[in-house]
Amino acid sequence: MATYLIDRTAKNLVFTLQDCSLFAWQAATNLFRPPVYWPEFLVQSDVIGVGSVPIVLLSGFFTGGVLALQSASTLAQFGATAVTGRFVAFSMIRELGPVLTGIMVSGRNASSMASELGSMVVTEQIDAMRALGVDPMRRLITPRLFACTLMLLFLTIIADACGILGGACVTIFINRQDGTQYFHQAYQYLGYPDIVQGLVKPLFYGFIIASIGCFHGMRTTGGTEGVGRSTIQAVVWASVLIIFVDFMLTQLLLTIFS
Amino acid sequence: MTQVLDSPDGGPHPSGSADPVVVFHGVSISFAAPVLESVSFSVAAGETRVLLGPAGVGKSVLLKLANGLLRPDRGSIRLFGSEITKMREDELFPLRSRTGMVFQESALFDSLTVRDNVAYQLLQEFVPDDEIDRRVREALTFVGLEETFNFYPGDLSGGMRRRVAIARALIHRPELLLYDSPTGGLDPVTSTTIIELIMKQRDVYRTPSILVTHRLQDAFMLCSHRFDQNVGKMSKLHEGEFDPGTTFLMLEEGRLIFDGSLHELVHSDNPFVKEFLE
Repeated sequence: MATYLIDRTAKNLVFTLQDCSLFAWQAATNLFRPPVYWPEFLVQSDVIGVGSVPIVLLSGFFTGGVLALQSASTLAQFGATAVTGRFVAFSMIRELGPVLTGIMVSGRNASSMASELGSMVVTEQIDAMRALGVDPMRRLITPRLFACTLMLLFLTIIADACGILGGACVTIFINRQDGTQYFHQAYQYLGYPDIVQGLVKPLFYGFIIASIGCFHGMRTTGGTEGVGRSTIQAVVWASVLIIFVDFMLTQLLLTIFS
Repeated sequence: MTQVLDSPDGGPHPSGSADPVVVFHGVSISFAAPVLESVSFSVAAGETRVLLGPAGVGKSVLLKLANGLLRPDRGSIRLFGSEITKMREDELFPLRSRTGMVFQESALFDSLTVRDNVAYQLLQEFVPDDEIDRRVREALTFVGLEETFNFYPGDLSGGMRRRVAIARALIHRPELLLYDSPTGGLDPVTSTTIIELIMKQRDVYRTPSILVTHRLQDAFMLCSHRFDQNVGKMSKLHEGEFDPGTTFLMLEEGRLIFDGSLHELVHSDNPFVKEFLE
């Protein structure tokens, strides 16, 4: 019985992974074949990008602040509080900016994509769209996928900037250190590999958020209860996958840039 | 004896005068359990086929198979002469855009106005705004809802949503109409309004259709009435007269157990048909 359960779960997992990969591949390749719904791409960029700015601003700012608080107390033991700026900038740009932004945007947008598309599935709006001769993959999924991927890049840059600013506020107003030194350290030791690492990651995370959110939405069954289930699965899987891919990407990028 | 009614314009009824619009041959489909088993029938040009059966026998599934929204496990389906069971999704879109479908719960796009819902296909084809507005108003006038042009689906009652869905299905001048329980859950007065619209489409435009319903009164009304264009409403045919282009199919547990006219339906010896009619 236990073997059967393991066998069935493993098979389901592999089939889901296969379906999700094919789904994402189809959505991605649709961009290179007409029709492409550019107005929908702009709408989704506004919803995902502009709509997520407040949460990204706040989470970035306070994460930078916390980093400065925590690092300053530890660095003080080695008489190295002067490098707080460097520490905060490195952490934000290489790691926390992309991952935190990914998780915040996943919470906001993977859930909204799954619930919106899920509701459309259970009320037969997706079937209606197909019956009207319109491909829902092109009309709904591809614009979300590319808008999310592109917008997450810009949102990460905003989060990085806010994080460094938050760290500066804590350094200047709470730790009573020199602001010029903080920014000098933050800027001076930052290299192109760090920037590249920080900007490559959000492209992957944006793709993950949209493809997982849309995939779970389009697979919704079981009425309104099913919509709730899809929404939870989308957020959970997108968040877990972001952290997993972050680990893999970090390993890969460190190997490339070392 | 059943009398055959001429078409409203006095000419011969187009039923059977051309190749069938839809042909099902030995179609089976299963999900967790078998839903349809070896279903075969056809819809001729100008013909209205009323698909009867209790809830859960696969009527909606059959309708979705007809325009390729679902794929059968076995059998063949021809739509406008093309075999659709093996077609890719993108090959099906041009065929689907030649059909109109009215869904059970209307399936209107909540975030769009009535105008944009009805004009959905035209918007995808970049038809000029002026022409879209004209055609949407024409379609809404057909269903008697011209005042809802700027409304959202949430502002409409169930019956109005169903009529907007009919307007959406009609705007592209479809060559086949698929109605999935268009009167389900509606009060008798609104149901009659919907049936009158279906009759109007049948008698004025001669569009072939498949109508799924489990309401016998709707099915019989379609047979026993015709839409009178002169007075702009339906009128009852003479006693014993029935519309010859309106015929019946009945499903029982996924099998097609009846295919014939109203006369044959009411005189059927099949115990399930008898029980259903009673």
